[in-house]
Amino acid sequence: MIRLAPVILTALLLAIWEVACRALHVAPYFLPPPSGVAVALRDDFPVLLAAAWRTLSTALIALVLASLIAQALAIVTALSPILDRAIRPLASVVQVTPVIAIAPLVLIWAGLDHPERALVSLAVLVAFFPIFSGAAAGLRSADPDLERLFALYGAGRWQKVTRLRLPSAVPFLLEGHKVGAGLALIGAVVAEFSAGSGGVRGLAWQILDASNKLQTARMIAALVVLGAMGVALHALLEALERVGLKWWRGR
Amino acid sequence: MSVAALTDVAVDYDRGPALGPISLSIGAGEAVALVGPSGCGKSTALRLLAGLEAPTRGEVVRAPGRGETAVVFQAPTLAPWLSAGANVALPLELAGMAKAEARRRADAALARVGLAGAEAARPAQLSGGMAMRVSLARALVTDPKLLLLDEPFAALDEITRRALADDVLALWAASRPAIVFVTHNVEEAVYMASRVVVLSRGPGRIAGDFAVEGPMPRPAHFRTHAGFRAVAEQVSAALAQGVAG
Repeated sequence: MIRLAPVILTALLLAIWEVACRALHVAPYFLPPPSGVAVALRDDFPVLLAAAWRTLSTALIALVLASLIAQALAIVTALSPILDRAIRPLASVVQVTPVIAIAPLVLIWAGLDHPERALVSLAVLVAFFPIFSGAAAGLRSADPDLERLFALYGAGRWQKVTRLRLPSAVPFLLEGHKVGAGLALIGAVVAEFSAGSGGVRGLAWQILDASNKLQTARMIAALVVLGAMGVALHALLEALERVGLKWWRGR
Repeated sequence: MSVAALTDVAVDYDRGPALGPISLSIGAGEAVALVGPSGCGKSTALRLLAGLEAPTRGEVVRAPGRGETAVVFQAPTLAPWLSAGANVALPLELAGMAKAEARRRADAALARVGLAGAEAARPAQLSGGMAMRVSLARALVTDPKLLLLDEPFAALDEITRRALADDVLALWAASRPAIVFVTHNVEEAVYMASRVVVLSRGPGRIAGDFAVEGPMPRPAHFRTHAGFRAVAEQVSAALAQGVAG
């Protein structure tokens, strides 16, 4: 019963929405009833699915790139205190600057001929920080006594990184990638909005396009697909994190 | 012949003096217990002997070369992502030994501490006593000339503690490294050591240095022998005096 509670609440809200729209004769372009959204979802499903895939692939490519860059930089900061001091403030600047504000600039640089590169770059910017800060914290999380043992056994700097610090960082990296993946999706959508019609025709473009044409049902249908995709991505990464942690701990 | 020696050594930390000045020489094949109250600098002395820390003043001379010193900490200090076998093989692999040979020796070391068959287990799957044995196997696998143990059994129950003490003595009798181990348990010190050094309250100085007669490994009921009791009383007295300062 308790597990069904969110389902029941959702059904109840949808029913109220449906009844209210019909009873109050709300114009469909203002607020279509759920049944109208369902019809739009069914009719436009192939288009929406293709758009969702474009947005998702932007986010996933960005996640991979952000992961590589963030981990490489985190290892560099772990190896060199001077580079650590140099890089950290810049990484923070990237984090606190809203992606929507950087978007027009990146679109000019990367986007005139290759808007998809601009979208990926913007999503990378957003996904970078949680992975970087997770990796940086993880690389410093090794047991100090294990560090002493490595020193005692004459391990070199690189051996310490690959055989002690990186493996110690695994739980932090898993968490960082989970957060980073969610942000990469948000970054991809925000970038699509900024790029507008010049950009890749992903889900955000579908929402903009439907909005321009006052196809409110299609707009909400696109939102439903976006939400479902976000939930699925989060669930997938949550599961990956659980499996990864289990493997790391050995139980 | 001395394996490691501290001469007029003192260590100061930011919060104040931590140890010394003390002078202490560890002979080859000697089993030395370092006893003292909390905060007297026992662990600092051990890290100096291991070469993991430099003294503020004085001189540390160490005979063992790279890979010939082993340390066992209070916690097992195992890498959770590695199996027991891989944990024990680690010092050999870091020294450049081929993986297969390192693993073969690691399995033999695990068998020596009574853990044959547990090679594939992860630390999280082991009890506290078993994890400590893995830690001991990792210390022994390099066949060290100097074995340093920092309150190695403090977190274990009394029965496991005594069993491990006998294991350490048996292993010591087999290859005779110099052993220094830190404890605040007088009975454990007298039982396991041929020599007990008492440190005063911090910054620790040497408050007593006692030889313990008797065969090693210890015979059954050694704890009830008159000789054992007499030395334990002397160590306790020196400890009490060192704390009173």
